[in-house]
Amino acid sequence: MEHILRAEQVSKKYDKHQALNNVSINVPTNKIFGLLGPNGAGKTTLIRIINQIIAPDEGNLFFKDERLQARDIQNIGYLPEERGLYKKMKVGEQALYLAQLKGVKKADAKRMLKYWFEKFDLMPWWNRKVEELSKGMQQKVQFIVTVLHKPDLLIFDEPFSGFDPINVNLLRDEILNLKKNGTSIIFSTHNMSSVEELCDHIALINNSELILEGSVGEIRKSHSSRIFTMIISDFTDNYQSILHPLATILKESAQIDGNMHLRIRINDNTNVNEVISKILPYAQLHGFQEVIPSMNDIFIKTVTGKYPQDIINGD
Amino acid sequence: MNKILTIIKREYLSRVKKKTFIIMTIVGPLLMAGLMIVPVFIAKMSDSVYEIAIVDDTRLFYTEFKDGNNVKFTELNVNIDIALELLKESKFDAVLHIPSTGFHAPSSLRFFADKAINMNAKLFAESILEKEFESMKLAHAGIDPEVLRATQTKINIQSIRLQNDGNTQTDYPEVSMALGIFGGIMIYFFVFLFGAQVMRGVMEEKTNRIVEIIVSSVKPFQLMMGKIIGIALVGLTQFSIWIILTATIISGAGLALPDVFNPASSQQMNAESGVMGTLNATGSMQPTTNIEVNNNSLNQILESLRAINISVMIVSFIFYFLGGYLLYAALFAAVGSAVDNEADTQQFMLPITIPMIFSIIMAQIVMTNPSGPVAFWLSIIPFTSPIIMMVRIPFGVPLIDLWISAILLILGFLATTWLAGKIYRTGILMYGKKPSYKELWKWIKYS
Repeated sequence: MEHILRAEQVSKKYDKHQALNNVSINVPTNKIFGLLGPNGAGKTTLIRIINQIIAPDEGNLFFKDERLQARDIQNIGYLPEERGLYKKMKVGEQALYLAQLKGVKKADAKRMLKYWFEKFDLMPWWNRKVEELSKGMQQKVQFIVTVLHKPDLLIFDEPFSGFDPINVNLLRDEILNLKKNGTSIIFSTHNMSSVEELCDHIALINNSELILEGSVGEIRKSHSSRIFTMIISDFTDNYQSILHPLATILKESAQIDGNMHLRIRINDNTNVNEVISKILPYAQLHGFQEVIPSMNDIFIKTVTGKYPQDIINGD
Repeated sequence: MNKILTIIKREYLSRVKKKTFIIMTIVGPLLMAGLMIVPVFIAKMSDSVYEIAIVDDTRLFYTEFKDGNNVKFTELNVNIDIALELLKESKFDAVLHIPSTGFHAPSSLRFFADKAINMNAKLFAESILEKEFESMKLAHAGIDPEVLRATQTKINIQSIRLQNDGNTQTDYPEVSMALGIFGGIMIYFFVFLFGAQVMRGVMEEKTNRIVEIIVSSVKPFQLMMGKIIGIALVGLTQFSIWIILTATIISGAGLALPDVFNPASSQQMNAESGVMGTLNATGSMQPTTNIEVNNNSLNQILESLRAINISVMIVSFIFYFLGGYLLYAALFAAVGSAVDNEADTQQFMLPITIPMIFSIIMAQIVMTNPSGPVAFWLSIIPFTSPIIMMVRIPFGVPLIDLWISAILLILGFLATTWLAGKIYRTGILMYGKKPSYKELWKWIKYS
């Protein structure tokens, strides 16, 4: 089973608003899949369709290569963007209740909750009301009830929003741990930089449509900016004319120490090594590095057709 | 199915374990029993005597003023101005002045008081004067009052209903009316009380933002139904405890104070039957009521209560409470799902409150003609039937009407639940703007 979840040409319309238009994604098994896009792009709609909270107007979904059906929700864990708990209910009681709704037997749920509560230092709070907990602790409880029933697929919608940095790290470690144990994970966020180093696979959604999907490596390769920074010294005056047939100089800035910092875009059919070997006889090379576009930059390039200004001139 | 049970259990236990529930469950019967017992005591204990001074310039009437219950008359053979001075000094509560022209012009009679007038005392004095004026005028016309009295006949026709099995049954419409309106108001009260709990519960889940976590485990419809059923059970629990406790307290009070509740003593019985809500028109201020009439009305009440099938009343009360509650609770849930805060519920409450209030208003018309067309139609339309049918039942309802009403109520409940489920499903995930009716309609149409 290569893909734990496949969505084929899913569309959803609310009144006149097209929330999803013909979106297909393939979530690889045991990978972290980033569902990225700006607010209002349709990510949450797609996630709700996967969780069978709402039904698509068109399109099919497959879970483990079989048509998605009601009982599959036992095998999916979902941490929604809008999340909360019953304020007046006791923490332990509430966690047990939510676990039972996921189909876990009470005795099993109790045992597993104990493990997680101890891991997150929540045990002393078992009999306290949720409203007595700090926001961070409530978020830990929410995380626990999301993963407790050991689902094969975990879906986190804006998981880090509202978490403090300590809890973000805790959560990140636990998620990586879950992945190591074989869980497949979907991350949905508008804040692309927060997850791009975690994700193996990415889908970009904009204006209800899928605009990009693939593994992070592939996307990076196919969206290479071909922009490099180069630091040289002791150069001859004609280094520009040497570079010229191979690359475009986007920016030159002479430093006080006599070094020259350059930003160049190498022509499409030119090899990087060729550029280096051409320049070496005419200058002392101190540094040569590719400017790697972030997912955000790639997103902007895909939507607008060009990279944002900062990647071009380095400001 | 298992999950819906888990939801019902939580909804039920989380409410039953609340302090407010326990307090209400205990205080409720105390209040209800208090409502029944306290007036009896007040009627017994109100012994402050209202003193009226009579200034009778005609010297015709003053001998006729016999002290009544809590009213004392004193004849003052003085000028009215002096009497009013005495009134200012609070020697009396009131002064009744019959001027010398009083016999020919009764409108010149005056009743003075330095505080708010005790209406009962005034009415009592008026009734004495009326009788006296009457007998004097009769004498003037040469008619013997005894002869006239003999011509007056009190008509009180006993109503007897023929039953299908050929037996006859004496009817007591007054008792049926009281029972019917009581049952109707109880249904109204319970539907609103527990319907509002459903609405608040839905809103709590929505504003807490827990609802999306739950609907990723169960279907929204299951969550809604679990809540509605759980709260229905809370209602039934509270209702049963109330009945048992109220009955215990009243019978306990009856045992502890047999004097107050002993029906053989006409005075107390009088007050008690008044409390029971029957239309016994005897008032403590009217000494004309005699003991025989009182005993009669008590026997009537007891007999009529025996005649009305109490088990039918209870079974139908539970059915119409549940049916009415389920019908409206689904709508309450839909309202709760559509809004973010309690203030916004107002505009959507109208379609719920109007049929309920309409039912209560129409109940009075239904009472006067419990088998008429208004009664029939309102008691089979699901939105009004829970209240109106409860009003009709003590009068006896044809079985076919009951069946039509019950089936339509069940269908109505299924329809509102289906409709509400569609609004609920969309509403719980909508935050921010307050929806309009138009939007709710769109939500219903979503697949």
